[in-house]
Amino acid sequence: MFEALTDRLQGVFKDLNSKGKLSESDVDEALREVRLALLEADVNFKVARDFVRRVRDRSLSAEVQESLTPAQQVLKIVDEELVATLGSEPGRIDWTGTIPAPLMLVGLNGAGKTTSAAKLALTLRKLGQRPLLVACDTYRPAAVQQLVTLGKQIGAEVYQEGTSASPVEIAQRGIKYGRDHGFTVALIDTAGRQQIDERMMGELVQIKALIQPTEVLLVANATTGQEAVNVAQQFHDQVGLTGLILTQMDGDARGGAALSIRAVTGVPLKFLGMGEKIEALQQFYPDRLAQRILGMGDMLTLIEQTQELFDEGEAEQTARKLAKGQFTLNDFLTQMQQIKKMGSLSSILDMIPGLNQLTRRPEFNAAVSDKQFKRVEAIIQSMTHKERAHPQVIDGSRRRRIARGSGVTVQEVNQLLNQFRQMQGMMKQMSRGKMPRGMAGMLG
Amino acid sequence: MVFNLFKRSQPKETAATPAAPSELAQAQAVAAPGEPVEPDVPVLVRERGSEAGKNIAQSLERTRGGIFGAVRSMFQQRPELNEAFWDELEERLIQADLGAHTTADLVDELRSRHAKRRFDSADDAQMALRDSMIALLGNERPSLNLPEPMAVVLVIGVNGVGKTTSIAKLAHLLTGLGRKPLLVAGDTFRAAAIDQLKIWGERTRTPVVAQSPGSDPGAVVFDGLQAATSRGMDTVIIDTAGRLHTKTNLMEELRKVRRIIDRQVPGAPHETLLVLDAVTGQNGLMQAKTFAESVGVTGLILSKLDSSAKGGVVFSIAQELKLPIKFIGTGEQLQDFAPFDPQAFSGALFK
Repeated sequence: MFEALTDRLQGVFKDLNSKGKLSESDVDEALREVRLALLEADVNFKVARDFVRRVRDRSLSAEVQESLTPAQQVLKIVDEELVATLGSEPGRIDWTGTIPAPLMLVGLNGAGKTTSAAKLALTLRKLGQRPLLVACDTYRPAAVQQLVTLGKQIGAEVYQEGTSASPVEIAQRGIKYGRDHGFTVALIDTAGRQQIDERMMGELVQIKALIQPTEVLLVANATTGQEAVNVAQQFHDQVGLTGLILTQMDGDARGGAALSIRAVTGVPLKFLGMGEKIEALQQFYPDRLAQRILGMGDMLTLIEQTQELFDEGEAEQTARKLAKGQFTLNDFLTQMQQIKKMGSLSSILDMIPGLNQLTRRPEFNAAVSDKQFKRVEAIIQSMTHKERAHPQVIDGSRRRRIARGSGVTVQEVNQLLNQFRQMQGMMKQMSRGKMPRGMAGMLG
Repeated sequence: MVFNLFKRSQPKETAATPAAPSELAQAQAVAAPGEPVEPDVPVLVRERGSEAGKNIAQSLERTRGGIFGAVRSMFQQRPELNEAFWDELEERLIQADLGAHTTADLVDELRSRHAKRRFDSADDAQMALRDSMIALLGNERPSLNLPEPMAVVLVIGVNGVGKTTSIAKLAHLLTGLGRKPLLVAGDTFRAAAIDQLKIWGERTRTPVVAQSPGSDPGAVVFDGLQAATSRGMDTVIIDTAGRLHTKTNLMEELRKVRRIIDRQVPGAPHETLLVLDAVTGQNGLMQAKTFAESVGVTGLILSKLDSSAKGGVVFSIAQELKLPIKFIGTGEQLQDFAPFDPQAFSGALFK
């Protein structure tokens, strides 16, 4: 139940990697795992079904079949489709028009509306706005006090009338108060309610009609299950939503609810709530959320970066050289520099499931640091072109010169040359279709 | 002493017409220490087979009508029990938040049974599914271990699941059963959490022990247990701050609270109840697993089971973790709370 999708997919793809082409049943096997991962992440089953269908169609197309790495291509399609569904608009809040711009926060009980209201106030203030919090939750005991306390914490004013007036009246008077006192945005915190509670939903409709908000944001918990779709749909149909704030993203919920809500209602995800501390809301990045929903670490980012940086023509050229045993220190340097373009070595290894545990160990950092990386670069750069192309000519006196030139010891030069020889051996293996174990050793 | 929730300890015949929750104005109605609790609180819990079953059925009406209605109607259409049928059944169970794994187990069992010896009718298949689901939840009706003279109940859960409201409802229910509960405001972190519990204390006429916001929860618990002893209260219900199960420091704080309770009342807490929001999906399983591993959980309270929420995650939890569900909460009123009866629950879903 708890194994990550990455492991399972790697299992499926390990077999696929050795094949040049993907059959329909290969794709179906992989997509079964994807569907399961989506369901475990609480993605609505209909949304999951449609999603898998789209990925399947694309995966069986010619572009994938002719690619060098069909398995990775399938993963990439999964990722692209997820990102496309989640949408890529930045979380922007509309406060144009009336002053103060009325913003409403709505949602189920316990979704985190009040906390999100305070966080949103903080976010808006950072954007140069002057937000007023309006306490319209007159139902839950002490909800007004909660908002007042949070307002004090962040130094934002709270308009409240206790629980004596109706939420509709408080909202109206709150807006007026905001207008009279120079606030630019009024954040209306409403009571939590069930989407099927007609009376309570009617109240929201009434508030909305009177204050004409520029934004109606649904606050939903990342842990929400299959019901997320009904909740969002009902709120959207009855009140009309302009955005979504997904809370409790600091936990381990995969947040499939976001995908469902977006797919079914089209309402954009605007912000993420990441904890109880009142700090600004987090921007939402569709790619990161996509990976989280799949439970995949940053594997996809790595694949994308690799694809961007190593163009396939060059990769093929390298592969040919490898096959003929012509891989030189010059090529090694190029490869290293390409890897460097992707970020620090440990950050790359961090993205690879399984290896990321390794990078957290102190002895690893001592051995495979980015410093080490630089040193190797310096050694190779101290060689002549002939030496780089034909390492076998490097004799004792050349070694001493290279060591002096790069500021290392002769032993270190020896070490690199030994490693390079080993690597050439490994590369030959790889060119026969086997992935070498332990990328770290190769680079060390 | 094990407290059977389905028996009333007092021969009170008050019908299920609940007294309106007392308002803020009735602040003075907070029971003074040692003062006998007013016995006019209606007793909701009845002998099984009468009101209790009916109430659960009523509160589950929407669940019945919604997702499980869809499951039932599948069987009622007298379908052919073929692959397409099983696939659709799977999807509908997943939609009820049973989770992919529990669903697969349930449907695979039906499939293979049908392959071996065909079900005579769709009704038979439905009964078989019902029986497997009841088997998952167990047949036992819940009980609370509330020993004399002092029982301690610790209530825990992630943020926003309804801990404080559930505590108020539990206090209300136990008062009706003749217990003398005292509430401890152990959530010193969230803004106004203490005020919230105090208001519920007023409404339920239950004394509340609290300190100021930001104080050490361990210290409040210590005070609460002492106060309960000196005031002659027999049940202490401790509210705690909502915490994500992934926050190790907050889980450690909870273990510390537990140690303090145990030092004051050896063997306590007698019940550690995890509150789970019925709208939660598969993360509920992670919540239950982590809380159970790090602080120990004796049972679950499934909250917010009104709405069309399904709470199907309880089947996954029952299957994976074998944790009993002790109560269900179905609304915002004090009396919207009942002991969980697995048979009535599963039965209601298929009625």
